[in-house]
Formats: sequence, structure tokens, C-alpha cells
Amino acid sequence: MAGVSSTLYDPITTAKHGRTGKRNERSRPRLGRAAILLISGLYFIGPLVGSFVFTVDDPVKGFTLSAYSQIFSVSGLWPALQLSLLLAVATIALVFLLLIPTVIAVRLGTPRLRSVVEFVCMLPLVVPSIALTSGINILLRWGTDNLASTPFWDTLLAIQNSSFPVVLLLAYVVMALPLAFRTLDSGMRALDVRTLLEAAQNNGAGRLRAIVFVVLPNLRGAMLNAGMLTLALVLGEFTVSSILGYTPFAVWIVNGNSAGDGPVTTAVSLVSMVLTWAVLLILSVSGGRRSSAAKPA
Amino acid sequence: MSTIDPTAPAGAAGSDRSRRRLRSSLRQAAAGRIAVLPLLIFVAVAFGVPAVAMAYGAFTTYAPGQPTSYTGGNLTASLQGGYLNALEGSVKLSATAAAIATVAGLLLAQAVVTSRFEALRHAVLSASGVLANFGGVPLAFAFVATLGNAGVLTTRLHLTGAGWSLYTFWGLVLVYLYFLIPLMVLSVIPSLDGLRRQWREAAQNNGANLVQYWRFVALPVLTPSLLGGFVLLFGSAFAAYATAAAMVGASVPLITLQIADALNGNVSADASNVALAMSLDMVVISVLVMALYLPLQRRSARWLV
Repeated sequence: MAGVSSTLYDPITTAKHGRTGKRNERSRPRLGRAAILLISGLYFIGPLVGSFVFTVDDPVKGFTLSAYSQIFSVSGLWPALQLSLLLAVATIALVFLLLIPTVIAVRLGTPRLRSVVEFVCMLPLVVPSIALTSGINILLRWGTDNLASTPFWDTLLAIQNSSFPVVLLLAYVVMALPLAFRTLDSGMRALDVRTLLEAAQNNGAGRLRAIVFVVLPNLRGAMLNAGMLTLALVLGEFTVSSILGYTPFAVWIVNGNSAGDGPVTTAVSLVSMVLTWAVLLILSVSGGRRSSAAKPA
Repeated sequence: MSTIDPTAPAGAAGSDRSRRRLRSSLRQAAAGRIAVLPLLIFVAVAFGVPAVAMAYGAFTTYAPGQPTSYTGGNLTASLQGGYLNALEGSVKLSATAAAIATVAGLLLAQAVVTSRFEALRHAVLSASGVLANFGGVPLAFAFVATLGNAGVLTTRLHLTGAGWSLYTFWGLVLVYLYFLIPLMVLSVIPSLDGLRRQWREAAQNNGANLVQYWRFVALPVLTPSLLGGFVLLFGSAFAAYATAAAMVGASVPLITLQIADALNGNVSADASNVALAMSLDMVVISVLVMALYLPLQRRSARWLV
């Protein structure tokens, strides 16, 4: 789901163009504009308000916050959340490990290297996550049927270990690649890496030291951005984990709901949604402020 | 990627300096390829192997202990009966939702771009960035709680009596718009910003009214980016699974739901190879979407200076 749809508002490109407003507005377009904004506002806020009312309004007892107090006691939530967070941390780590050397190399390398890497990182966009899941599913089934008497059996079991399913980690990193690459790459493009590296090396730093202590600190903003987007992706991921039979956060919400915990799961989902949005919003706002502060007056 | 382009770094001033640069850039190119290698290996293993297994499985039969044989039967089956229904349902839903979101997103973006309030623009852009990344389970739950059978609005306004149900085609369209409209706003705002004020003034000076300006100046300039946006939205809606799956009881046939059913063994044991064939169908459509989107995006970038 996050594949093609993942375009976080990029404050740098949009801020550049600024506003092309028209001064002499007549009242008719202004009225139309107000109507459009009002309808959009209602549409986008309605479901949030609706689900909040749904969680606090008990048909018998009236207003109650019990759905929210139950969040702390409902069974299965913490293990599910733990699994999701663990996977998120591992995914972010692996994404950085793979992509940071790549974006530096791409920035320094030939255009040809860039187009190869861009192509590879965009590949997951043409395979929807459910199609990827079906491929993983058939591989695991084939492994179960054929590897029982081979040394690979333990490997097969290990990557499916339900306390830390490596197979999910692999899938998530693949799914995070397109967005993470674009984010890190655009952060990298804003840096004059060659000059930074040459300056560091003229001052006697080795190449690795120059990258770790000079380039990476300058890439902090983009890394934070990519990390948060990956976190949001992993916390909300449902397709791969539900079909492969694991129970991270999003799967727990759906299962709990069909088990009859309606208001509680809706409360959990609302809380998770608001928290994710808050993180992404802070990111987007602080990103906008940084770039406008960096602009010469 | 086996050759190194020597002309690129040689443009630097000073022959000694440029030779040193050339040498260091040769070394960098070699280092670059090593730095990229882990990524390439990872993608080959974690993405390439499942993708190939999926494509291979789509063309073969599989049963434990029996020899596999090549067959076109899976693909034929995936384009027949209930499976074809699901594919058509997905295409219809995605196209409808994407078309509505394209129009609505354009209107909203135009309202924001022409607004005098800078804060509004920032708020809408930030919110769009967040919402466009948001699909899946919480979105479905928010709509079920609001407009589902026991939803807040449904019960208070007695919508069920009026014929409303969230679990229908139009119900799903309504839910999908929630992440498609923001995506459209994000993809069309740069093009709207690219519409110069001078063009409108020039059109007005030549006697064009507002409709004529839009019909002959603005829309032709915007068309590539609108089409590109539509295609992007289509692909995004087409691949969505979690939202529909979490709205338990939705009666709309969708290819993603069919694949999941088949993989979970809810249909029949040998349906899993048909699931692989359906996955391949999805990949083919996604490739077509990309093949349309990329040139359109490049075309629309032409007006953005």
C-alpha cells in the first residue's frame, strides 16, 4: 500500500515556487473556494470525529472513556506492539545500512550507476505487496515440503521464528526501499559531497572517517525523514504479516475487532493513527522550517 | 555499468588538477560499485527470488511429492469466472476512485493555491503528506466506526433506512478517496504553481474569459500532470489490500482479496497457483501503470521551472 502512494510533502520543491495568488478576486470564486475547503474539511475530519465518538459513546452507559482505559489491560496488544516495534527498528537499521553507502556512491559516481540504482530501488513499486507475499508464500511452502532432511531446514525455521520473523524483515525492507531511497537521495543531492569529502581529506581524515563524521551529520534530516516513514510503514503493515500468519500491531487490531473488542480496537487504532500523524506532521513542519531558514533572505 | 565515463570529470579547470580528479574519480567509481553491491545482492535475494518464484509458480503446477509441469492453466483460470470478476472489480473501483480523486484533488489544490492564506497552504500540504501515506487498517476502522452498519453517523441519521451501506462499491470508493485525494493534491500542486500569472493576464488581455482560459491555456498545460496523477492514483488504489480486508464483510470482489483468500487456503488447496497467476496479472497491470506514469511525469515537469 505504501508503495506508489508514498509521496511525503517535500517542503523544498514546493516552497520554491511560492504562491501564485491573484489579487483582484471576485466574490464568486472566493465563495466556491470556501465551499470546496469546507466540504474537504468535513470529509477529512468526519471519520476522525466519528471514530472518537464511537469509542466514548456507550449505547447503555452514555459517555465513557473505558475503551481508552482498557487499552492498557487488553490481552495481546503489548506483544503485538513489541513485535511491530522490534521489526521497525530492525527494518530502519537494515535500510540505512544498505542505502547510505548507496546514496553516497550514487552521488559521487557516474550517471550510469545512478540510473541502475534508481531502477533497482523502484522495482518494488511494480510488484504490489500482495504479489510479493504470494511469492514468499510459495517459497516457504516449497521449503517446508522439500528441505526437511537438509541442513537448510534450520535456516528455514529460523527465518520464520515467530518472535522475530526475518522473513517479514526482508519483505519490509523491500517495501521501504523506493521511498527511503528517494528521501535519502534528495537529502544527499542538497549536499556538496565532493567538496565536503575533499575538505575533510585535506584535513587528514580518512575516507571512512570523513563519511561518518562529515557527510552523515549533514544527512541527519533526510535520515530522520526516511526513518520515520519506514516506522509508519512497518507499524501499519497488514498485508504481508496477516497472510504469512504473524500477529504484529495492525493484524492484532483486525483480529481483536472480529473477536468482539469493537470499541477498544477502534480506540487503539485511533490512538495509533493520531500518534503516527503527529510524528509525520512534526517532521513535515520542521522540515519546512529548516529549509526556509536555510534560504538566503 | 562496466564502463567508466571519462568525459564527466575532465571538465574541471587545470590539466594537472583534472588528471588528479580523473584518477580519484576512477578510484571512486570502483569504490562506488562495491558500496552499491550489498543493496544489489539484498534486492536480488529478498525481492528477486520471491518475484521469480511467483512468476515461475504462475506457469507451473505444484503438489508436494509430484513433479511440477508447465501449464498455462493457472493464467487462463485467473482470467475466468470469479477471478476475472475480481480483477474487473479492482480495475473498476480503482479507476472510479482515481477519477473522482483527480477532479476533487484538482479543485482542492486550486482552492489552496489561489488562497491568500499562506498558513492554509502549509496546513493542507502537510496534512496531504500525512494522509497520502495513510491507508490500511486504521483508515478502514475510522470509516466503519463512522459510516459502518453500527457507525455513529449511520445510526444517528438512520442512513441504513435510506439505503446506505459502507460495504458496497461506492462505500469503498468513499474510503479510498481519503488517501487518494491528498495524493492528487500533492502531485498537482507543483503544476498549479507552474501556471504563470502572466498567462492568465495575457489570455484576459486577448479577451478570453475564465472558462476559455481554463479550456485553452491552463488545462492543456496541466493535462500531463493530471493524467500522471490519475495513473499514480489508479496504481495506488489497485494495489491496496489492507483497507478492503479490514472492512470485514465488504461484498465487493477485489483481486487482492481473492489472492489472499486463495493463499490462505480458503478456496481450495490447488488455488494457490492460481493466486500466483493473479499476482502476475497484477504485476503486468502495475508495469503498464508505471510505463504510462513515468513519461507523463517527465512531460509535466517541462512547464515547471
